[in-house]
Amino acid sequence: MTGASGRPRPGRRLVPAYLAAYGRAGPARTLDRLSLLHLAATPDGPPRPGATGPATAPAVAPPSAAALRPEERRLLEVLRPGALPLAEAAVHLRLPLSVVRVLVAGLVDAGHLHARPPVPRHLMPEREILEKVLDGLRTLKSC
Amino acid sequence: MDSALSSPASGPAGGHLADMDQTLVKLLVAGPFGVGKTTFIRTLSEIAPLHTEEVMTRGGALVDDLAGLREKSTTTVAIDFGRRTLPGDVVLYLFGAPGQRRFQPLWQDIARGALGALVLVDTRRLDDSFEVMDLVEEAGLRYAVAVNPFPGAPSHSTEKLRDHLDLHPDTPLVHCDAREREQATDALIALVEHVLAHTPERGAHTPPSGEPV
Repeated sequence: MTGASGRPRPGRRLVPAYLAAYGRAGPARTLDRLSLLHLAATPDGPPRPGATGPATAPAVAPPSAAALRPEERRLLEVLRPGALPLAEAAVHLRLPLSVVRVLVAGLVDAGHLHARPPVPRHLMPEREILEKVLDGLRTLKSC
Repeated sequence: MDSALSSPASGPAGGHLADMDQTLVKLLVAGPFGVGKTTFIRTLSEIAPLHTEEVMTRGGALVDDLAGLREKSTTTVAIDFGRRTLPGDVVLYLFGAPGQRRFQPLWQDIARGALGALVLVDTRRLDDSFEVMDLVEEAGLRYAVAVNPFPGAPSHSTEKLRDHLDLHPDTPLVHCDAREREQATDALIALVEHVLAHTPERGAHTPPSGEPV
């Protein structure tokens, strides 16, 4: 999760824009609408709801989560079954994208949420991504 | 709580992604109002097209904080998108991008990280496409042009169309009924081939595309 080498290069823009948000949300505006969101599962953070734990898991959220605003809790709820890109999470929440960006940034900073850039591996060459998309589209067409 | 949220697959949105290792890529489907952007997205998307709400000020600036919502006079724009999971752990997102200049602030955000854009064109109103192509170019995206045939629309020769749209000789121009899956796929293939052809090799050798999952 290094970062400095992933800054945008001048000229072509494709992958680098994602990398700024790698691992941390930073300012909300660095979150891509395809930043992939998933619940944090840190040892001392809030437990991943429904992941493990006794059947008598408390219905009440942990203290840190209890302080969250309703829409923040809804966001965590939406992500409980699995990962979603920010844009899809906004659809689930029926909130403007800009609002969800701010919610996500806050929840990432508070350790409730991870936001992964759309392209997972750090320095995946742009050509490789394009070739994968092309292969995928050709396969799609032939089936 | 909202019951729809507990079972998102049956709600207004699509289901969750299968795993965390997928590559999410974005292509834009751009064009003037009514040119068939949403139809195109619906044709290829594995989920019913979704839309995000984007808040802009009346002055045209993109609102990106909560305070702005209360203090400024704002307008909301819906941006359609769809998704298609491709073999090889790639999830392709198609975002409809509005073709009017006043959406320029929104464009910067939608275009960020996009691999390219497909510009849909209606031959009954070719001139409406200039603004779109300007926006695409300003966003620094490569693009292909797809003519979506409408009943009664004039059919020009490819040469005449290219000339009228002032296309670079390299820019692909295809005909694509936005309702037809195969044609829509072909249009995207033409676009991605074009982008790939203009993406420099990185280093002395590029690994083959069939990489381990």
